[in-house]
Amino acid sequence: MAEDDDIILSELDDEELVLQMHDDLYDGLRAEIEEGVNILIARGWTPYDVLTRALVAGMTIVGADFRDGILFVPEVLQAANAMKGGMAILKPLLVETGAPRMGKMVIGTVKGDIHDIGKNLVAMMMEGAGFEVVDLGINNPVENYLEAAAREEADIIGMSALLTTTMPYMKVVIDTLKDQGLRERYMILVGGAPLNEEFGRAIGADAYCRDAAIAVQTAKDMIARKHNQI
Amino acid sequence: MTHALNRLLGARDWLLADGATGTNLFNMGLSAGEPPELWNANHPDRIATLYRGAVEAGSDLFLTNSFGANASRLKLHAAQGRVRELNRLAAEIGREVAEKAGREVAVCGSMGPTGEIFAPMGTLTHALAVEMFHEQAEGLKEGGADVLWVETISAIEEFAAAAEAAALAGMDWCGTMSFDTAGRTMMGVTSAQLAALVETLPNPPLAFGANCGVGAADLMRTILGFTASGTERPIIAKGNAGIPKYYDGHIHYDGTPALMGDYACLARDAGATIIGGCCGTMPEHLRAMRAALETRPRGPRPTLEDVSARLGGFSSASDGTGDEGPARERRGRRRG
Repeated sequence: MAEDDDIILSELDDEELVLQMHDDLYDGLRAEIEEGVNILIARGWTPYDVLTRALVAGMTIVGADFRDGILFVPEVLQAANAMKGGMAILKPLLVETGAPRMGKMVIGTVKGDIHDIGKNLVAMMMEGAGFEVVDLGINNPVENYLEAAAREEADIIGMSALLTTTMPYMKVVIDTLKDQGLRERYMILVGGAPLNEEFGRAIGADAYCRDAAIAVQTAKDMIARKHNQI
Repeated sequence: MTHALNRLLGARDWLLADGATGTNLFNMGLSAGEPPELWNANHPDRIATLYRGAVEAGSDLFLTNSFGANASRLKLHAAQGRVRELNRLAAEIGREVAEKAGREVAVCGSMGPTGEIFAPMGTLTHALAVEMFHEQAEGLKEGGADVLWVETISAIEEFAAAAEAAALAGMDWCGTMSFDTAGRTMMGVTSAQLAALVETLPNPPLAFGANCGVGAADLMRTILGFTASGTERPIIAKGNAGIPKYYDGHIHYDGTPALMGDYACLARDAGATIIGGCCGTMPEHLRAMRAALETRPRGPRPTLEDVSARLGGFSSASDGTGDEGPARERRGRRRG
């Protein structure tokens, strides 16, 4: 790819470089993203600005195109992988500088459900958007969600199910939270192929998210609303 | 190779496949999280009842209860050492039901996805996928399956690996993908791409097509995509009985037997040869489909407008074939 050599990231001005990083995220170019992050930091950008303006903004485009059926899972995984490269550099710097946290999510497929591709995608996209994600894996009984959400001081609980027979278990988790007086402490997002908005409402979730991109957008909106309330 | 499926395909211009496996088994008491394949050993009577339900409703073929019986899926239940046994049993029970049917019925050995993502993004390699599918295929062959039936695949690499496994087992096979994401598979494969792919395989499938996915309307659009490719190969249509709805703690698919009857005839008119259901499709749906296929005359190939008028709207504006799909304007600096 000779034309790749034509772009020397360090010679671009900030604005051009950020746009190029959006493109490079879109194309899943991990090494280029890592280089771009290092250049911006060296130019005195705050880690938080690099995260939000270069990486999160770029992943927002990826998310929108995934939602709109322009990109599909392989491309999104590639983009998330590039994002991860950038995040590995930024993470310690973000902690050091006390940058605001996007929020923390505990996520897993519900008891009885072993289909985890959708859940993995949501976890990757949420991380891509700057959220901290604690992945509980597959087949989680209600105790796993409750215990992890409390331990991690999570803002969001995400539940995923692919089977029509396992999706009702989401209601068990929500009802248990209600019984223990913990329901209001967490935002609850649910997703999975057989679900729909009506189902989300019927079981008392905060939102049904049709795909990973919508999960990210919903989480961002809800966290913003929560911050405004305080 | 001569077996029930190619005899049936040679004799008839449409075949009725079966309906749901999971939905039916859950109605028989399978609990969530329990792998249905273990019932091949623990409750063979119930699996025979499942198969008989389809045969008695008029199915010309049925799929064995072996969808998740590959090493990668069974490992989640610490049963990866039982691949051969569970597949053999799935086919043996099927063989017995087919022999007693009193007419020709094909036993099709179901092979679902491994659930893994291929390298470099995931960990699955071609060799590993072939090995897993081959192990499963040998069990199904041993139990007397007529053909292998690869289903609900979303990645081209996985489809090709299953094809290679069929060749290693020396069996004919059929293969379907699940087109559930804006008209494409989760991995972005379009109907046109699958139609092209099957012709490039050294051992192409006897028939190929679509199963599961969104609703009957979306599935019909995919079938029309296959026909538009000009394929000469029999096309398989196995759509869900509508869309799942939640009522009072239970899930019901909203597709009525009457709607599935309409869908079966539309699928035939669109060019499908093997027509069946998927999730939510019960024996009463299959009966309605059989009756509709037997009594209603063939009609002209339906348009997309006909499909949405009869079966409901599509989940996305485009299915990714042709030039009308959405695209993003790129700055394209790295593209020269």
